[in-house]
Amino acid sequence: MDTMAAIRETFFQECEEQLGELEVGLTAMDEGAADSETVNAVFRAVHSIKGGAGAFKLDRLVRFAHTFETSLDLIRSEQLATSTTVMRTMLRSADLLADLVKAARSGDSVDETRVDAQIAELKSLSENAKESPTRAAADEAEALDFQPVLLELDDLGPPESQAARYAIKIIPAPDLYRKGNETVRLLRELSRMGEFRVECDARHVPTLDALDPEGAYLAWRVELTTSEDEAAIHELFEFVVDDCELQIVVDRAEPVAAAEASAPVELAPPPPVAVANDVAAAPAAPPPEAAPIAAGESDKARAEPGKPDVSANAPTIRVDLERVDRLINLVGELVINQAMLSQRVLEAGLARSSSVAAGLGALEQLTREIQEGVMAIRAQPVKPLFRRMSRIVRELTDATGKVVRLRTEGEATEVDRTVIERLADPLTHMVRNAVDHGVETPEAREAAGKPAQGEVKLSAAHRSGRIVIEVSDDGAGINRQRVREIAIKKELIAPDAQLSDSEIDNLLFMPGFSTAQTVSNISGRGVGMDVVKRSIQALGGRISISSRPGHGSTFSMSLPLTLAVLDGMVVKVADQTLVVPLTAIVETLRPKRGDVHALGVNARVISDRGGFAPLIDVGQELGYRREAADPVGSVVLVVETEVSTRCALVVDAIHDQRQVVIKSLEANYRQVPGIAAATILGDGRVALILDIDTFVARTNRSAQEPLLAATG
Amino acid sequence: MSMTILTVDDSRTMRDMLKVALMDAGYRVIQAVDGVHGLEVLEQETPQVIITDINMPKLDGFGFIESVRRDQRYLGIPILVLTTESSPEKKNLARRAGATGWIVKPFDSAKLVDVVRRVAA
Repeated sequence: MDTMAAIRETFFQECEEQLGELEVGLTAMDEGAADSETVNAVFRAVHSIKGGAGAFKLDRLVRFAHTFETSLDLIRSEQLATSTTVMRTMLRSADLLADLVKAARSGDSVDETRVDAQIAELKSLSENAKESPTRAAADEAEALDFQPVLLELDDLGPPESQAARYAIKIIPAPDLYRKGNETVRLLRELSRMGEFRVECDARHVPTLDALDPEGAYLAWRVELTTSEDEAAIHELFEFVVDDCELQIVVDRAEPVAAAEASAPVELAPPPPVAVANDVAAAPAAPPPEAAPIAAGESDKARAEPGKPDVSANAPTIRVDLERVDRLINLVGELVINQAMLSQRVLEAGLARSSSVAAGLGALEQLTREIQEGVMAIRAQPVKPLFRRMSRIVRELTDATGKVVRLRTEGEATEVDRTVIERLADPLTHMVRNAVDHGVETPEAREAAGKPAQGEVKLSAAHRSGRIVIEVSDDGAGINRQRVREIAIKKELIAPDAQLSDSEIDNLLFMPGFSTAQTVSNISGRGVGMDVVKRSIQALGGRISISSRPGHGSTFSMSLPLTLAVLDGMVVKVADQTLVVPLTAIVETLRPKRGDVHALGVNARVISDRGGFAPLIDVGQELGYRREAADPVGSVVLVVETEVSTRCALVVDAIHDQRQVVIKSLEANYRQVPGIAAATILGDGRVALILDIDTFVARTNRSAQEPLLAATG
Repeated sequence: MSMTILTVDDSRTMRDMLKVALMDAGYRVIQAVDGVHGLEVLEQETPQVIITDINMPKLDGFGFIESVRRDQRYLGIPILVLTTESSPEKKNLARRAGATGWIVKPFDSAKLVDVVRRVAA
């Protein structure tokens, strides 16, 4: 059943949104920054999840959501105060609800004992609240309010197939009509149940001048012979029992044939004014004028294309990612085409003031705007990503006994969807680190004169065409002495190496480094900051660290907004044009003779910032030329690879620095080691984009030593 | 002639479910996402039946029903409320606000259509 599958998918998507609302709302409540609308929104979120879960028979989800909702309702009606303990339970319940939703979606099982424990916790909160006098009063008020719908089913024997005769008397009150109920429809429904006769008692209709158009003056008597049971008749009157006088008398076992002969029981014989089997034609009491809609009219309204679709909360549409990517690809082509055109026009020697050049300028502007617009389709706010982190902080504080508050900034900042997806793991790792290694225990913090509650801050901002995401904590900062000791012990640096503070901090990014004294299951997991760094670099990003003893540390990541274009340096090597990703380039040099040193027969190094970096001739390495060019007179690009090693790439000249559209080499040709992708330049030529990491890795490893190890 | 039904619910899932069930039964469905939106939609088109949720942002089901009932233009339109469980106090509040009847969630399509047919002209 395709429609149901689609709705089920919608349900889970909506659950994600509701869980987001829930998290945001509960956090605001926890911080005491919630108004009543926030509390309502939190309640609605859980209520909504429960409602949908019920529709899909997700019973576990319904069961937990129901208990959760009950507690939230108590908070909403101010019978349960939002103490720290209560909010902790609520936040944990939200986490469990998220897990249950996830499990329901994937069909996985959930630890039932955890669910039961959480339900017990919620129930004990509710029970405590119920003991308060306000609750009792509320119960009483509700009890007075509550008028049960009376269905006297006890009189009934077992359901019988035999036809029975009923005498039904209906005296509507004005409220029945006011609420949109209608005797004529009740009679119509009754008439469908079997042999049917109706009499209208119009004795109480006043003279016209005394007639209240919204009054109810008619009474009805019905004789019905039906094989349906009495419950079915009662069900028909379900909505009106409170708004009319209703009598249903059974004359069971009456033979069908006798029905017509016998007179209605119990009713005083009124002057019958209307007897009809075709009830639709019978006069109704005050006729409510529902606007009649002609068939043509309603069809027209349905087909009308300009009619606003009111089905969505925010005006959004769902589009296949594939279509968006195709559009992005096409826009890429457009950008290339436009660049080619501009270059041709320039080559043709047209004056810059000419109308063609002016038109091209406008085209360029438009193209850029289209490109930005299309990229924005794939962009998403980092908010959901940040929200996931608050749960991680919560779980960690529970596990470590630390008190940590997560603060977020710039949640609305948007970045490409793929970047967000691939950022989740490294960010999780950094947040774990911040809580586990960064923030101190409450005792240690108080001893240091800091508030017992630590803070981890997550921020996102756009800065010069890139997104900068920072994870900072107000903990003790990096213990440089200890980092140094570990690095020496693990033979990452020489025992006598002279390192600056920032160089020591950067040791954290070296492979095989882990400061955790014991590998805890919190931040350990066998991966270190080197993996984080590699993930960030794989996204075309950079990561840096800064730390102040006693004040905390900040990890700052700068990432491209999209993976479809790249900031590159266009260089010339042996008549070939190549693109080097700008993010990899640390600096560019024109070396002097004295900077270049021979190392063995073939290898050469260049002295750079007090260290030595191996020289790699790009042309020779890629097979464009047999002999390496003389670095003196060439240009050297100092690049940094994922393992933090610096290398100096020798190229002939720097041509340009520009944004290039990335074209997959793998999809169009085949994978080439050392080459990340290709692009098409303004003159129509294909240029290869270097993949610095694999390029450097495939050159002779023995020639390279980590810069830091070579220092001193 | 297909009858038009307005559904008012903040949950996309519920709106979709109602829409599918009602359209399968041959009704035309227009939708609103909360009470305020529901009143806006009513300004443009008068449906023959209204189905509304209770818990909604901006204007809840009770407030929505009261507003509709106060307006002479919508006199006599049947309004059904969606209640999660058959909680009597919710039903009573809805009735007092002027609801014609109720549908208990989760509903199955046949039951929903049956109730709609019962109250619809």
